[in-house]
Amino acid sequence: MSELLDPALAERVLARALANGGRFAEVFAERRHGLSMSIDESRIEAVQSGAEEGAGVRVVDGGTTYFAHVDGLDPADLERAADEAAAALRGERREPRPLRAAASTPLPIELRPEEVAAERKAALLRELDERARGQGGEIAQFTSSYAEARRQVVVANSEGLLSGDDRTRTRIGAQAVARRGAAVETGAETLGAHRGFELFEDDPGLIAEQAARKALTLLDAGPAPSGSMPVVVGGGFGGVLFHEMTGHGLEADHVQKGASVYAGKLGEQVAQPLLNAYDDGRLPHEWGSDAIDDEGAPTQKTQVIEGGRLVAYLYDLLTAERDGVASTGNGRRESFRHLPIPRMTNTYIAPGDATPEAMIAEVEQGFYAVSFAGGQVDPATGDFVFGVSEGYLIEAGKVTRPCHGATLIGNCLEVLMGIDAVGDDFFMKTGICGKGGQKAPVGTGQGHVRVRAMTVGGTGV
Amino acid sequence: MTELSAIAGRATEAALAAGAGEAEAYASRDAGREVRVHGAEVESLTAATQSGIGVRAWIGRRVGYAYGTDLSDAGVSAIAARAAQAAAVADEDDFATPPQPAPIEALAGLSDPSVDAWTVAEAAELALSVERTALARDPRVVGVEQVVYADSAERVAIASSTGVAGEYESSSCFAYLQVLAEGEGAKETGLGFGLGRGPVDLDPGEIGTEGADRATAMIGASKPPSRSCPVVLDPTVAASFVGLVGGALSAGAVQRGRSPFADRLGEELASDAFVLHDDGRDPGGSASAPFDGEGIPRRRTALIEGGRLRAFLYDTYTAAREGGTSTGSAARHGYRSQPSVSASNLVVSPGSHSFAELLGETGEGIFVTDVAGLHSGVNPVTGVFSVGASGRAIRGGELAEPLREFTVAGDLVSMLGFIRVAGEQARWVPFGGSVSTPPLLIGELAVSGA
Repeated sequence: MSELLDPALAERVLARALANGGRFAEVFAERRHGLSMSIDESRIEAVQSGAEEGAGVRVVDGGTTYFAHVDGLDPADLERAADEAAAALRGERREPRPLRAAASTPLPIELRPEEVAAERKAALLRELDERARGQGGEIAQFTSSYAEARRQVVVANSEGLLSGDDRTRTRIGAQAVARRGAAVETGAETLGAHRGFELFEDDPGLIAEQAARKALTLLDAGPAPSGSMPVVVGGGFGGVLFHEMTGHGLEADHVQKGASVYAGKLGEQVAQPLLNAYDDGRLPHEWGSDAIDDEGAPTQKTQVIEGGRLVAYLYDLLTAERDGVASTGNGRRESFRHLPIPRMTNTYIAPGDATPEAMIAEVEQGFYAVSFAGGQVDPATGDFVFGVSEGYLIEAGKVTRPCHGATLIGNCLEVLMGIDAVGDDFFMKTGICGKGGQKAPVGTGQGHVRVRAMTVGGTGV
Repeated sequence: MTELSAIAGRATEAALAAGAGEAEAYASRDAGREVRVHGAEVESLTAATQSGIGVRAWIGRRVGYAYGTDLSDAGVSAIAARAAQAAAVADEDDFATPPQPAPIEALAGLSDPSVDAWTVAEAAELALSVERTALARDPRVVGVEQVVYADSAERVAIASSTGVAGEYESSSCFAYLQVLAEGEGAKETGLGFGLGRGPVDLDPGEIGTEGADRATAMIGASKPPSRSCPVVLDPTVAASFVGLVGGALSAGAVQRGRSPFADRLGEELASDAFVLHDDGRDPGGSASAPFDGEGIPRRRTALIEGGRLRAFLYDTYTAAREGGTSTGSAARHGYRSQPSVSASNLVVSPGSHSFAELLGETGEGIFVTDVAGLHSGVNPVTGVFSVGASGRAIRGGELAEPLREFTVAGDLVSMLGFIRVAGEQARWVPFGGSVSTPPLLIGELAVSGA
């Protein structure tokens, strides 16, 4: 930690940041390393290595945040950032409190990716390529990517907080294209974690087969149905539905601006009593986990829905201060070039007691959305949309034929209340979430979930 | 030679010293600021400086890339060495060759002095005025989530061992807001935006009014019935679709069989009403520059004209695969990204219909003002799409009740064939890349609602 940002220097920078007043100052220093590569046409390409370091300094005065960021971590760089942040203030000098180092234990990494030879990473991609193409001659294209990223961060503020974290994430993605005559379909799968290269000890090649099988299955797909019907949503990445339609609306910045359909609904019943949901930044190894958030607050497990009642919002420091509560450890930023904002970490619907088979068997005519390509919500109106990457018809209680090109569309409040079954087959998946121009690694999870009625938009009118 | 070009030159030499056969360096330095406004107060004020370098190294027919922020001599050498190491990991590719220098013509109009001249206080006042306009526009406007103003001035330099050398400056500026309106028991949102080379290009009244009008227009929206019908795309929506078309016309996607346009060069697949160019030298477009991400001159390329697919977009690598020449279409997102084929500014030729005439021509249909879920609802390989939408009904050739929570679905290539009319008023839109397009009337699209 002190190697990245010397505490004495941090104190000097904070004092400089408060030279023209302000009630709070913070310096966030970061070193980023990354390596990525991909395989396409069975050839290793796009090998890319990055190394960046820099710092962001912010000063808060009244309702205004003054922020400056610079590349580089030399004392002169940091002082320049502090001066720029303070430049527009016109008040009296304030003294920051002396720094006290907080205990923070980074998540354990067994096998540092940067200590693994690049050739082994290339070999991993070659294995994925072979496994996918082994699924049959109809696999016309396969691409796969490998990425490792390490972020070492230190945060110090004028309240005396000094903390740090060392985060390593690894992820592989696989995308297959299947072709039969004029029919072309794609399938994708990912595997990622807040872990080192040990993530790939089990059977990473499996995701290549899964991606290929998805694409092959879709070759037999017909048009997706259109209209309102019961929808069964798959486990794991199916949790992106909850992430989008509810999670974003619980982020305190949206709530405080009245730009969330969940504003003013704390304590209210927003879902059936069978629903419990959490945001948990401490889940071991999970993609959205960190030891601390990007303001130095320890990450935590926050129950947001309890027995269908809305019980908590997600806070960073400034939104927490405004509501007179403590930060929930959700102040995250993409890098030292960004201001922290309230963000989800790993968000999930806790396992229920239904089995996927039983919840499908109860559907006369409906849609089974196994996985999504992604989704988007307007937290203010609650309107959301999801692209289904793998979907099937449900007819007379049975999953029948695959469908392509389906979109799920609806309003958060109605659809959350419409969840009438939660499965026991819980697991987590990885996602990259975008908000306010910042990307963040997030985990999403759930068992199978059934929504009573939802609009499916397909090409079959 | 400026300092930035000198750094790029040193990085190239360092890569050669580290074992690369050929090398190229792209360096950039930019200074920017951002103001966020909420509730008549400045919420945040950001001053940002960034500089970095990206190095491509070739070892025989292998290529690797590395980037970093340390521009000291030692730092640049380390980055260059990592690029050479990365190249050693890549597989051989017969077409991986460094770009050759071509004469670069200067391009005026990329920088506006108002970016430097305007104080932060003036920029903040512009943002505050956007908010005031929106709040005063209509009593049903209940708030503005945020007004964002941002500008930046950037300098870019490129150098390579084959003799590519160039440098330019450009500035950019934008402002947008998200307006909240309330009525009939529901909240609605509306986006307003403006963009240009400097703050003098922005009209705060226009931006605030657009956001307010878009939000209030949605009050009382209902789902339309599911059916196939004519659809008019607002320029912001048309731009998103045009951006997808542009992406599918990149030779990278085409050569790897991942484009619905693969094998269709020369075919008559679009309507005559739809004329599309890639124009990397139109100063109105934010992607314009004298040269692309690998130092090849930017130019204007006809993509779809007379209903026919005229050309794909190429960088040096994809051009080499076909024995052709680059169209100057290597894009970068700063020094962190290695160049890849992408459209610069996509320009749809305006037609002769006013908006009222466009609606009259439509008769009965839907005016789509917003789409959501484009990144998940479109399959770039097949062009099949199904995206969430909102807008207004069109009845008897005029705008009628607001509509929401429906999807429009189809496929990109067929849609080009169904375009009946292009409006006369084009607009630059920052969605789907950098796109200038008028509203478009599509003869038929599948709408799924109630």
